[in-house]
Amino acid sequence: MQWVDALVQGILLGGMYAQYALGMALMFGVMRIVNVSHGDLVILLSLIGISLASSFGLGPFAVMAALVPLALAFGWILQRAVLNRVVGEDPLPSLIATFGLSLALQNLMLQIWSANSRSLPGGGLESRSIEIGGIYIGLLPVIVLLVAAGLTLGLDLMLKRMRFGRALRAASADVEAAAMTGVNPKSVYAMATAIAVGILGFAAVFQSLRSTVAPADGGAQLIYAFEAVIIGGMGSVWGAFAGSMVLGVAQAVGFRIDPGFGVLSGHIVFLLVLALRPQGLFGRA
Amino acid sequence: MTEVLSTHGLVAGYGDFQALYDVDVEVHEGEAVALIGANGAGKSTFLRAVMGLLPVAPDMVHFDGAPVGGTPTDRMVQKGVAIVPEGRRLFTGMSVSDNLRVAIDQSSRFERKGCWTLSRLYQLFPILEEKARTPVESLSGGQQQMVSIGRALLCQPRLLLCDEISLGLAPRVVREIYAALPEVRAQGTSVVLVEQDVGLAKSASDRLYCMLEGRVTLSGRSEEITREQIGEAYFGGGHAVG
Ligand SMILES: Nc1ncnc2c1ncn2[C@@H]1O[C@H](COP(=O)(O)OP(=O)(O)OP(=O)(O)O)[C@@H](O)[C@H]1O
Ligand SMILES: [Mg+2]
Repeated sequence: MQWVDALVQGILLGGMYAQYALGMALMFGVMRIVNVSHGDLVILLSLIGISLASSFGLGPFAVMAALVPLALAFGWILQRAVLNRVVGEDPLPSLIATFGLSLALQNLMLQIWSANSRSLPGGGLESRSIEIGGIYIGLLPVIVLLVAAGLTLGLDLMLKRMRFGRALRAASADVEAAAMTGVNPKSVYAMATAIAVGILGFAAVFQSLRSTVAPADGGAQLIYAFEAVIIGGMGSVWGAFAGSMVLGVAQAVGFRIDPGFGVLSGHIVFLLVLALRPQGLFGRA
Repeated sequence: MTEVLSTHGLVAGYGDFQALYDVDVEVHEGEAVALIGANGAGKSTFLRAVMGLLPVAPDMVHFDGAPVGGTPTDRMVQKGVAIVPEGRRLFTGMSVSDNLRVAIDQSSRFERKGCWTLSRLYQLFPILEEKARTPVESLSGGQQQMVSIGRALLCQPRLLLCDEISLGLAPRVVREIYAALPEVRAQGTSVVLVEQDVGLAKSASDRLYCMLEGRVTLSGRSEEITREQIGEAYFGGGHAVG
């Protein structure tokens, strides 16, 4: 029973990781942009959300309604002002630029919010749960998982069926050829990064409802997102979703073996996948 | 006849390497112009410079009488220039119809309208309809070339630039592809054909330019130019072309 419980809790945890990983799948998997500030953006948005909640007395869903557009705008500006200048065949310039941004964001957050951990009051939402056959399932993690699945579905449909999605896939396959077909790669990329960071608006609210956030926490989010994308396989959003589940389950099962082994066991699964199936579990060879 | 495209003292290169020297080329409305020359002569560089893929000064390229040198590539497409690039450059990982749809998505937003539709293209190249859902990487070379041409046509071009569309294809497939040209031209579209096959270039064009080491060494009406003239312009010596 405790292993079934670990599996269930792992999948629910995977829902949280999927919300970090989707944006990463779009930026890293599709555009080949390495955004080192990915995790710091989650934390920044979380802290902004917490401040909004306490200053204006907003509930978590009102905070979400404010954060998502803000996150979209952040992403758009990030691509226009920084990443479009460094994007290209070579991923190194974008890596260096976002590494600098990551450090700058962390310092900025320390200045504004101090190093303390904070969280978003959920009005009791965070502690509600239902019991099914002896397993307690938290309401909030279920909502997180459903939202993650909904976002994945939406993103997948957008990439496959919509004009913007086709233009983005074309630009990712061959930027020059996309331009030769009338696509403006810079505006397509700006839109894609806006969406990638926009999703972090959801992640930020759920992250700060589920646990606490502090300015230095971004690194862990970055690593989890990165691991989920690699485990799932680059370039597929359902792959990133599934990779998040695998990572969540690995951590939950590891945690049952020994509480100190949880996060480490996720890293081990990631390294195993990288060694044995570098294209990812669901990626094409 | 009105000029669609003209270049004036066009120079372009890659970093310190200069690949084009004072290239003057004109293409008139409805005309097919061939551009021939040995490997490395600068033919593809010329097309890239026209498409805004290499930095050039505005006055060096005129389209419809307006200076357009250095205009971003997607804007050139919007103005009415499309290219079938060297090496086909299809969007891998996407189906035939998705490759074509990228062009339709964009051109349907242009102010300028054209006559090419997916069904019209499928009439021109029926095999593409059959393969519509196939990923482009599993097509034969000839079929890939048809997708690349189709993608350019669906940009509704007034000027179509073709970079060695016969390269690496069986003679039967080359004929099939060249058989599509009259229909393209019937829409009033001007064409620039870069070709290695001199005979093909001559027969498919009204006028031709020959390039050698980044310079135009010969130009004239295709039917009037002799093999000997081409041989000389091609190699810069007295060789004849077989
Ligand atoms: N990306 C590049 N970087 C540096 N030099 C280049 C590049 N592309 C082409 N060149 C050089 O520019 C010159 C012209 O090349 P270009 O590709 O235009 O020739 P071409 O006439 O199209 O030849 P081919 O028939 O082989 O396609 C050549 O000397 C080539 O080596
Ligand atoms: Mg060439």
